[in-house]
Amino acid sequence: MDFGVFLQTCLNATYASSYLALVAVGLVLIFGVMRVVNFAHGELYMAGAYCLFWVFYQNELPFFAGVAVAVLAVAVVGLFLERTMFRPMKDNPLGGLICSIGALLVLQAGAVSLFGVRKKSFAGPYNEAVTLFGIDALTISGQRLVVIAFAVVLLGALWTFLRRSRFGWALRAVAQDSEAAALQGISISRISMLAMILGAALAGVAGALTATIVPTGPYMGHPVIIGAFIVIIVGGLGSLEGAVIASVLYAFTHTFVTTLFDGTIADITGLVLMLIVLVVRPHGLLGKPERA
Amino acid sequence: MGAVTYAVWLTLIALSLAAAALALDPHLGGPHRRRWWQGLALASAAVLALSPHVVTFSQQELLVFLTINTLVVVSYRLLALTGEFSLGHVVMMGFGAYASALLSKQFAIPVPLSIILAAGLTGLVAFVLAFPLFRMKGFYFLIGSFAAGETIRLLWKAFIGPKGISRIPGVPDIEIGAYEINFWEPVASYYLVLVIAAASIWILWRIEHSHIGLTFHAVHWRDQLAGAVGVNTWRTRTQALVLASFFAGLAGALLAHYLTTVNPNRFAVHEMVFVLIWVIVGGTATIWGPIIGLVTLTAINEVLLRDIGYDELRPLFYGVLLVLAMLFLPNGLETLPARVVRRFRRAKPLASQR
Repeated sequence: MDFGVFLQTCLNATYASSYLALVAVGLVLIFGVMRVVNFAHGELYMAGAYCLFWVFYQNELPFFAGVAVAVLAVAVVGLFLERTMFRPMKDNPLGGLICSIGALLVLQAGAVSLFGVRKKSFAGPYNEAVTLFGIDALTISGQRLVVIAFAVVLLGALWTFLRRSRFGWALRAVAQDSEAAALQGISISRISMLAMILGAALAGVAGALTATIVPTGPYMGHPVIIGAFIVIIVGGLGSLEGAVIASVLYAFTHTFVTTLFDGTIADITGLVLMLIVLVVRPHGLLGKPERA
Repeated sequence: MGAVTYAVWLTLIALSLAAAALALDPHLGGPHRRRWWQGLALASAAVLALSPHVVTFSQQELLVFLTINTLVVVSYRLLALTGEFSLGHVVMMGFGAYASALLSKQFAIPVPLSIILAAGLTGLVAFVLAFPLFRMKGFYFLIGSFAAGETIRLLWKAFIGPKGISRIPGVPDIEIGAYEINFWEPVASYYLVLVIAAASIWILWRIEHSHIGLTFHAVHWRDQLAGAVGVNTWRTRTQALVLASFFAGLAGALLAHYLTTVNPNRFAVHEMVFVLIWVIVGGTATIWGPIIGLVTLTAINEVLLRDIGYDELRPLFYGVLLVLAMLFLPNGLETLPARVVRRFRRAKPLASQR
């Protein structure tokens, strides 16, 4: 691998880690507050991509109008999932997981019936290649640069929100110990709704921003959710910082192994990485061990 | 599809529901309880023996798959008894399929022997996997079993080929005097699979009601207490995983020789999700729960929804049904008869219940 290819691969890996981090952080938020593993999270990402396809490509409205619609629509879907499934199932962690599988099937079938099985490939508005720092090897499409920028800004904003605002404090309190938080007068159901809206919106943004880069199809969420699962395990369930670090780690490993060998080997590497973490350090890189 | 098909499927659902009702309520039937069981067993045997002769060819094939899947869900429940839900069970089934396919095709081992060897090898692999996997519990085990299974599946894809193995020898024909049983026909295969599945389910039932099975329950409900009174919880979980995987491997080997092809995608996680759905929607309190879930959902998916049309919307109905079942029947369809009975009893004055 010569140096140019190396730089190019690094750039691709940065792009991959940015959208993966957006998805994984949402998954961690939802798990942290509700203790539900949302299997339908990849489908929320897919829904975001279809929102952009509908607004930007089919109705020829501005790109960022599509992103905004994706955020709102997917947040509403997330809220709906919380109210109809996760809240009634809150005493039954496996029940929430099974319900989210049901939601996954419904969302996939919904996408198929609205838009068909065929994948849609369409060009975004920022498709021209950008050369960074005047180095030829550091050439990337503007669209991918938009994804990276959005991920950095949104994750920074989320971090500030969680650390600085009252809602953010309350959310972290519920994630640490929901009973103690409830005793302090924090409404668990409102915080759950907030976490679900935030988590779903992040998945929706990621889907909308990548819709013009990867082909938009009803089953596009599948590889993303597997990647996100690996990321949240490696980073530590419930740890947002861990999820971001693990996204970078996983995306770089996966992209480099794909470039050097092939996609299947890269998938195996990612899964083995997760298995090793599960065996050696089940609470992940930055997570705390669960109390018995 | 004809009324006969519907009648067959409804009878199968009714029989499994009746069995669950009997198993869950020890007072049902009173002094004639034994009679009820015998009658149910006879009726089931008759329906299962006759059903392939009254339905269409595609429905006969469906019955073969249904029988193989019955073995898969019932063996899955054995592991669920210890409280752990695995996402690798279908890959264990696939391991049996691949092992038997390779043994019979590359090493020319006779098919019946290769099926048994494949099941044994699957148990062995499960034993090896138990060392890393049972360091985890609950959700971590779920994800760990997924990672282990998916790794194995991707290894097949990378090293045996993305299209799997084709032209696997089938189960050899049997000649008895003038009769010749040809296992290319679904009906003959159905009877073969039915006998093997019935025998396996009987063995699994015996295991559950033996000393080992009782320790499974103990490990599920009070694992620290079980450990404190001298139960080796790790060994118990490993026993459950190995036994469950053995029967999953058996089911996979039967599938491989029936289809004469194996494809890695047949054992992907979305197939596993269906097994999980069947078991959870059916319930895990009795051996009949997973069977009810499997038969009911297969009937809805493959008969009712196929009849209505809207092929692409079938997962939608499936998903909605799954959520509704979780919300309104959280302990599974197997508790439905008891709930209905309780409804009727509640109509009586309160004093008569005491």
